[in-house]
Amino acid sequence: MLKTDFLGLKLKNPTVLASGIMGMNENSLQRCVDAGAGMVTTKSIGPEYRTGHKNPSVIELEHGFLNAVGLPTPGYKETNEEWKELKKFSVPVIASIYGGTINEFVKVAEFITEKKPAIIELNISCPNSDKHGMLFGTEPKIAGEVVAEVKKVTKKIPIMPKLTPNTHLLKQVAKECEAQGANAISAINTVAGMKINIEARKPILSFKKGGYSGPAIKPIAVKAIYDLYEELEIPILGMGGVTTGKDAIELIQAGATTIGIGTGVYYREVEIFEKVCNEIKQWMKQNKVKKISELIGVAHE
Amino acid sequence: MSKEIEMVTITKIVKENDSHKTFYFNKKIEMNAGQFIMAWLPEVDEKPFSPSALGKQLGITVQKRGDFTSKMFELKKGDQIGIRGPFGHGFETKGIKKAIIIGGGCGTGPLRALTQQLQKNKTKIDFIIGARKKEFLLFENELKKTTNLYITTDDGSKGEKKYPHILLQELLEKKDYDMVYCCGPEIMMKMVLGVCLTKKVKCQLSLERHMKCAMGLCAQCMVGKHRVCVEGPVFDSEKLKKLKEFGRVSYDEAGKKEIFGK
Repeated sequence: MLKTDFLGLKLKNPTVLASGIMGMNENSLQRCVDAGAGMVTTKSIGPEYRTGHKNPSVIELEHGFLNAVGLPTPGYKETNEEWKELKKFSVPVIASIYGGTINEFVKVAEFITEKKPAIIELNISCPNSDKHGMLFGTEPKIAGEVVAEVKKVTKKIPIMPKLTPNTHLLKQVAKECEAQGANAISAINTVAGMKINIEARKPILSFKKGGYSGPAIKPIAVKAIYDLYEELEIPILGMGGVTTGKDAIELIQAGATTIGIGTGVYYREVEIFEKVCNEIKQWMKQNKVKKISELIGVAHE
Repeated sequence: MSKEIEMVTITKIVKENDSHKTFYFNKKIEMNAGQFIMAWLPEVDEKPFSPSALGKQLGITVQKRGDFTSKMFELKKGDQIGIRGPFGHGFETKGIKKAIIIGGGCGTGPLRALTQQLQKNKTKIDFIIGARKKEFLLFENELKKTTNLYITTDDGSKGEKKYPHILLQELLEKKDYDMVYCCGPEIMMKMVLGVCLTKKVKCQLSLERHMKCAMGLCAQCMVGKHRVCVEGPVFDSEKLKKLKEFGRVSYDEAGKKEIFGK
């Protein structure tokens, strides 16, 4: 019922552990595999050792989470110890990578290709770093260049840029990525935001500004996925505010093939993957839907 | 429940020894000993602390070690800091009639709160404070009154010159306890776990790892498949004996694997 196909990968269900959550090491990924995720994503791996921002780096707000973790990474050369081979997990693993320049993206991509991930996700949309990230995802031409250059070194491994909603050029960025050979699109990354503690009269995050995730951003995700589905031929890994099966179905109806879950891990524990799958199944039974893939993009018809 | 940061005021500062101060705040939080809070100094950093006092006035005992704690040491009565929490799982104290508690260095802080919690259940408590030398002993005078207190120092400057787990082993030869509680350097806790497993006594240990989110999302604080911030920081011997990463592996701020023990 929930079995689905994504870029030729046979998935047992459409839920995916999103990048940045529980993807730090083999043990944390394995926990999400055990909890029933159909696919899992590593935390973004970068070009060199980086500690990220000081705390507070993740804070809970009324309707979601604000974070500026700042892309901590041991650096790709140091990840040998932790990521011996990504293929050994029982579900496909997406390797998320980032760079500060196109050249750095290429270097990290070349390295990670040897680890045999099922997909390489290009984090061209992190709002939480001065040098890395979002610029790549807001300029269609540059986003396309990253895809084209990375594509040259990744052999047959599919490439999936992750896009930011913090631009009026989302469709153009996605279109250019597709034109340059992207195999899928992942959307959305967090929404730029900020929180000030009025007693302290200071921003709470040490980086001051951050990315907002959780239930509050779901309508933004639905709209972005709806727009992308109209523009693109390639499949979409949709994410943003999914905590229940109904949320997942909404994103699928907007046009997503698979569904990322991140912040939901806090609200419903690591077992959220199994819970969401059960809720999707229940809805499908009630609505006499036999295959989850029948629902992809139906809101457009 | 949302855990937004709340600004609280320092009501009292007690100098415990040359390197430790206890800060008390005008705030009571319903929590178990061994759970933790995040303490925020605007524009400096935010760090996890397991409180040493849980009564009407929340208290944390801080050892001066880095930037954050040095800034804490400059604070005065009336100053404000931000706190949020509680987070994680603390010590289980239900039904414990006879306990022995072992505190190493600043690990004695949360165990003082544990002592207060156990005393509400009328638990009989033996307490070992271990320190490198007598200048680092914490809460000695108070625990002398409230528990049956033993002291060990590595250099013999106070109490018995031996490691705490050796004294524990000797005490277990002649006495029975329902539970061993311990918080201190991980190397010491690993020895304590070893003694407890050999002597078939249950124990609960409080672990420390680099923490970023404190809410189970970032996986920075993994020990094996457990997140110290959610499933811990207190773990029981049943879990710990299966964890090959305990006393051996942690991840630094960048997520780089560090092997620190055998």
